[in-house]
Amino acid sequence: MIDLKACVEAVLFSSDSALSMAKLEQIFEVDTQELRLALQQLQHECQQEGRGVVLQEVAGGFQLRTRPEYAHWIMQLKRTRHMNLSRAATETLAIIAYRQPVTRAEIEALRSVDSGGIVRTLLEKDLVRVAGKKDAPGRPLIYATSTRFLEVFGLNSLEDLPSLRDFKTDELEFELEMNFEPEGGGQR
Amino acid sequence: MVESAYAIKISQFEGPLDLLLHLVQKNEMDIQDIQIATITAQYLEHLKHMQAQNIDVASDFLLMAATLLYLKSRTLLPVSRVETEQDEGVDPEEELKQRLLEYQRYKEGAQKLEEFPRLFRDVFPRPPLAQDDIDLAVSSDAQTQIDISVYDLVRAFSAVMRPKPEPPVHRVNGGVINVSLGVRLLLQQLHGKERVSFQRCFTAATTRLEVVVQFVAMLELIRLQLLNFEQHSPGGMVYMYPSERIRKGSYADIEHMLDLKERLDD
Repeated sequence: MIDLKACVEAVLFSSDSALSMAKLEQIFEVDTQELRLALQQLQHECQQEGRGVVLQEVAGGFQLRTRPEYAHWIMQLKRTRHMNLSRAATETLAIIAYRQPVTRAEIEALRSVDSGGIVRTLLEKDLVRVAGKKDAPGRPLIYATSTRFLEVFGLNSLEDLPSLRDFKTDELEFELEMNFEPEGGGQR
Repeated sequence: MVESAYAIKISQFEGPLDLLLHLVQKNEMDIQDIQIATITAQYLEHLKHMQAQNIDVASDFLLMAATLLYLKSRTLLPVSRVETEQDEGVDPEEELKQRLLEYQRYKEGAQKLEEFPRLFRDVFPRPPLAQDDIDLAVSSDAQTQIDISVYDLVRAFSAVMRPKPEPPVHRVNGGVINVSLGVRLLLQQLHGKERVSFQRCFTAATTRLEVVVQFVAMLELIRLQLLNFEQHSPGGMVYMYPSERIRKGSYADIEHMLDLKERLDD
């Protein structure tokens, strides 16, 4: 009888990326129920006082990550690949995250300012992806968030985004048309 | 001076809506009953400030100014029957309010995102394997399929295109070293220090020859009573104690003494 929880911990520790449930099942050849229980136990243990890592569910997988309160010490390791975003970039990313799929023109209408450069930066940082072209005059590109976005913000899926404050509105002036052609599959 | 003012102002407001929202909040107004006249005056005031600081006021800001002035003028004029009919329910003031509310929502969304524990800022996973290892690992694991876009290719290409670091040039030192140079290197190590360990005295030496020369220099300084040494336990660390002359860096003296000796040697 193997200690599945310890095995899962070892495997997650050794992996440099989040491991999906399917991948874990394939490794351990046990059923989902058993695996889920082991993951829950491990997660619970990591929540205890005096632990430096947490088991997080990100982008549909499981990953061991350091606790936010110890970021300072990790920085001392000089492994600093800062994920810095300007205020404008965070704002634009929020618009894409909440309104996706969205065109650049729609982003600019919301922000009231040119956003081409920022969108390009977000593309380069791999936080945003091109999700296809909108079926509208000029066939503009439409943008959506990437899997990387979920990883960076520690979200399991887009449903984990905190909901935006609702405000009373008779009609939404900027109602989006949702008719677009997906290109090259959905969320990667 | 002007340059820095420019940077500060620009980063302060992301766009006209950002500025407008700031003014509304500053005046503790509710977006729903925004006082156009007050806001317009303050908005224009702000643009004037920007211009005074030599900021090229972007057209987005001017467009908003025009919109605000139009809205203000509408409040001043009696509502004409013709105009209301033409408008067909699209009230520009209402539209602006909606835009502001909408913008505020996303700004709050951005703040929430900002507070999330962020990868490589707050939380860290295990770093990826070295490139060679990844190449090896992938070949055995071909059944996992991921969708990639043309942007991934572009990114891969730009990684290849990144200017290659210059090949390291190996410089062979001429290696002219003598005792007085050794003394000088040693003095650098000792300068301003109360006590230096024996090992530390040799950190600057890169070759065996340099170590030897520096050791001779050390003996020379000891002979001249500029340096003392102590060992606190048998086989333990040896510590060098520079004299006050070395600590205070009166090198001229020391070099003079060395020069004298070299001349005597010749």
